[in-house]
Amino acid sequence: MLTKRLIVCLDVRNRKVTKGVKFKGNIDIGDPVEMGARYSDEGVDELVFYDITASAENRPCDMEMIRQIAKRVFIPFAVGGGIRNLDDMHEALLAGAEKVSVNSLAVLHPEIIAEGAKAFGRQCIVLGMDAKFVGVSDKIPSGYEVFIRGGRQAMGIDALQWAKRAEELGVGEICLNSIDTDGVKNGYELTITDMIAKAVQVPVIASGGAGTPAHIVDLFRKTSADAALVASMVHFGDYTVPGIKGEMLAAGIPVRKKMNGEV
Amino acid sequence: MAITVVDYNAGNLTSVMNALKFIGADAKVSRDPDEIAKATRLIFPGVGAAASAMETLTKTGIGEAIKAVVKAGNPVLGICIGCQIILEESEEDGGVKTLGLIPGRAVRFKDEPGLKIPHMGWNQVNFTREHPIMKGIRSGCDFYYVHSYYPQVPAEYSFAETTYGTQTFTGLLGKDNLIASQFHQEKSGEVGLAMLKNFCDWQI
Repeated sequence: MLTKRLIVCLDVRNRKVTKGVKFKGNIDIGDPVEMGARYSDEGVDELVFYDITASAENRPCDMEMIRQIAKRVFIPFAVGGGIRNLDDMHEALLAGAEKVSVNSLAVLHPEIIAEGAKAFGRQCIVLGMDAKFVGVSDKIPSGYEVFIRGGRQAMGIDALQWAKRAEELGVGEICLNSIDTDGVKNGYELTITDMIAKAVQVPVIASGGAGTPAHIVDLFRKTSADAALVASMVHFGDYTVPGIKGEMLAAGIPVRKKMNGEV
Repeated sequence: MAITVVDYNAGNLTSVMNALKFIGADAKVSRDPDEIAKATRLIFPGVGAAASAMETLTKTGIGEAIKAVVKAGNPVLGICIGCQIILEESEEDGGVKTLGLIPGRAVRFKDEPGLKIPHMGWNQVNFTREHPIMKGIRSGCDFYYVHSYYPQVPAEYSFAETTYGTQTFTGLLGKDNLIASQFHQEKSGEVGLAMLKNFCDWQI
């Protein structure tokens, strides 16, 4: 049977994997190619590399970095940040990325989803979405609103409706990040994750809030999410990919095993 | 021994070429049908839809070149769309006639409650018959799939099966010197590289 995927996200700045640490700002934690290869060897199912300053610096994603990663990493990986148009998508995919992720761009120019899907195949286009609980209203019937620009700008768009629309437009997968739970390490936002996972026929990745392996087990037990995205949980060595997968396995969740039969 | 990798505009070859280089294979890309036809070992990967793949293969003459290599008895590996277009036809795009190298057709997953389409992610490949490319790989390993259509072939051409929802389909098929996988060997980590290496070493 299809396994539930464990995905590790690496934020990259100036060709270094970086993480925001409370009261310390951003600290560099390693080389994206080395870290990507290491997580892959450990058995991670997929990777996401996010170029966190590309948008602000008004430049495309670091394509050379993608090329280097693709020479060492032989599992699927997505790239986001600095995917501004079809050319950027094309170059990133040619460089070796399996998928490209668009977030603010898709909200402001939804046609990019359809164009990208038509040009490259919908399985290559991931919608990144930041959602925040604002309460149920006529305008926001699900209670969750879409935000862009790193969660700073409210769009007056309902998250569930946006997910369905993006699917209609041709997106291949949705990565849903909860602004409320992101960084809090108290678990994923299960309500909106399940709502969206059950409403669309494309895979849904949960993002934001994973602090312990129990949170990942909870996600798969309580929602129809297809994948769990983690970052700081593994980057600082608190938990490892095999450790998390071991707990998934113990909980009876279908999990991918490595060639040697172990997680 | 050099491996020719076919470029017929069906998605990018970067991952396949990177994987081959990583395992030390001597591989080169070609879109020249005359060159392809003379290949002593051939890989044709690809993502995307059957209709556009066949259009390119027909227009460029690469389809005939692939047939020539198969006929010559040299090892040939198809990946993803490469395992569908070697069949007789595909259901995709309103029905497409394909290369007809192996009996069978490509069909779409049936809708099932809760079943996401495409089938995307890691799933177990259970061997049903032996093949040299399985050397050192246990049955039931997880490989990476991303597809909405799958091959349906007579049992004697099916080498491995995978189950998605209630649907069990052929994930690895072949005939004589031709072998093809629906899953992506170049994206399946260590076990995918191992299978690619087995193909490179396969002596008919």
